[in-house]
Amino acid sequence: MALPVAANIEDLSAWEVSEKQIGLWSDALQRFRRNRLAIAGAVLIAILVLIAFGSPLLVHLGILHDPIKQNVDYIESGPGQNGFSIGSDELGRDTLSRLMYGSQVSLAVGILVQAIILPIGLLVGLTAGYFGGRIDNLLMRFTDIWYAFPDLLFVLVVVSVFHPSLLTIFGAISLVNWVGLARLVRGQVLSIKEKEFVEAARSSGSSPAKLILKHLLPNSLGPIIVTLTFGIPNAIFLEAVLSFLGVGIQPPTPTWGQMVFDGYEAIYANPTSVVFPALAIGFTLLAFTFVGDGLRDALDPRMRR
Amino acid sequence: MQAAERAPITALRADPVLVRISGAFKHFPISGFGGLAVRAVDGVDLEIRRGETLGLVGESGCGKSTLARLVTALLPVTAGSIVFDGQDITRLRGTKLRRVRRKMQIIFQDPFASLDPRMTVGDILQEPLDNFSIGTVRERRKRVQELLRLVGLNPNFTNRYPHEFSGGQRQRIGIARALAVNPSFIVCDEAVSALDVSIAAQIINLLQDLQREFNLTYLFIAHDLAVVRHLSDRIAVMYLGKVVETADRNDIYDRPQHPYTKALLSSIPVPDPAVEKERAPINLKGEIPSPVNPPSGCRFHPRCPIARVPGVCSEVEPPLEPHGAKDQAAACHFAGQF
Repeated sequence: MALPVAANIEDLSAWEVSEKQIGLWSDALQRFRRNRLAIAGAVLIAILVLIAFGSPLLVHLGILHDPIKQNVDYIESGPGQNGFSIGSDELGRDTLSRLMYGSQVSLAVGILVQAIILPIGLLVGLTAGYFGGRIDNLLMRFTDIWYAFPDLLFVLVVVSVFHPSLLTIFGAISLVNWVGLARLVRGQVLSIKEKEFVEAARSSGSSPAKLILKHLLPNSLGPIIVTLTFGIPNAIFLEAVLSFLGVGIQPPTPTWGQMVFDGYEAIYANPTSVVFPALAIGFTLLAFTFVGDGLRDALDPRMRR
Repeated sequence: MQAAERAPITALRADPVLVRISGAFKHFPISGFGGLAVRAVDGVDLEIRRGETLGLVGESGCGKSTLARLVTALLPVTAGSIVFDGQDITRLRGTKLRRVRRKMQIIFQDPFASLDPRMTVGDILQEPLDNFSIGTVRERRKRVQELLRLVGLNPNFTNRYPHEFSGGQRQRIGIARALAVNPSFIVCDEAVSALDVSIAAQIINLLQDLQREFNLTYLFIAHDLAVVRHLSDRIAVMYLGKVVETADRNDIYDRPQHPYTKALLSSIPVPDPAVEKERAPINLKGEIPSPVNPPSGCRFHPRCPIARVPGVCSEVEPPLEPHGAKDQAAACHFAGQF
């Protein structure tokens, strides 16, 4: 199909056609790389993942103590005592080993929960926000009802009805967390869809799917990413509370939350068994927050320096 | 191929009117106030002829922008019909509506809100080409560069983001986007109102050049009467959701028939101190009434300087009827009598 060409234009071949058009994602990656804190956070998360996968190997090689093996002769050792590099807990288990093993559950609960709530929240929020009217009303009343359940009670009920396992715990935590994301996405879509650039895209013949994927979604990414990254420590904490109440990941599998709650009774006598898991949770939270902030800035072209 | 297809169709169709708006209403219901609605456009009849520029003027809130969105099918009408190129677009949906969109485009007022901040200029300009599958991908990229050149921007700006441009440059990008699919009709919704005077003049000249080159029809919406006079062939004046006067550009400026038009025109400052000193602007009383509950009879009567006859102006709604010059019409019981 021939393209209409303006009369006052000289030879088009004189212009260089840039072969590569920079997309949002490759552009975002460039900006992300320039953010030192975000890179530090990403590195920390990478180390955590490495630890989560690597610690069974270290135990197998005999470099690390078995995290489950109790040693009643050496309970609550201090750092460096009895061959425990950062001490042992009230059952004589190696705190370092438990800490490293604990990263498995904590990371998994943090990340997987977000992976589950992202599609649910996006689907509900985008549908309600874009179509509006009766669909919006129906979906939002449904989420309101859901929102009205007390989080912890809901998770407790779900976990005790179904046997407490990784799957039920992840599922239950996701089920209480998607509501916030859905509401956020809906609000974003409601405000963005009234903007003139969305009208312009409609007038250019864009289909609803294209409007959502190319305009509404990229423009609401910032708050979505922030919500997701802050949701990660939240989920880690919720899992910890469940462990404390005895319906979380079942002992003796170590999780950071459980270690904090087990150790806090002896916080004066044996501070290391509380302090280290607490620090681990704190640094993980920081790392995800930095990465989240970095992603939000990277995905906003206006932040390009 | 497209151009070749279109030419004979245009020639066959004798109708000189490209857009015919008949009895168009747009009411926005106010939720929670049973039955109350903002009557943004309240019974508008208007014709836009092929190749002309129709200037649409009026105060803020008189329904100009709503009318622009009705004409471009961005908003559905509450009642009435809008016929574009022989086709009633108010009932169209889906693919058929998209096909019509290719022939009409809109340029928005705010150049900062009308470009997606997360897309590069190249992507913004390519979007309409992608949507209508015009040409190959490489041809589209070339077309994007050609469009940039056409509106006076560097064709190598395709990888830049909107925020890297000034207001005037952004408005040029908006114009380039509207031109991308080679429309026959463009609505300029206050396209120069947000720009400062010198930039606005450049954009206006650009719009005129493009009109000559591509035989475009414009609906030019503005509240700056001097700009409208410069650009338009015919002018329509809107007040509170209704058209109160339409006429040829010169007729309306020389012999306005409606007191509202007269008041609007008298507010234009004259760039000559001697004349300006003698000028007596008509100051309208009060503010534009609420479009939720417009005044009875003639909508303009509470602010009208000549509405003296009790029982007529406040009770009978004046129809838009021929008054004054040829092709001039005004909705006033006492048209021209001031």
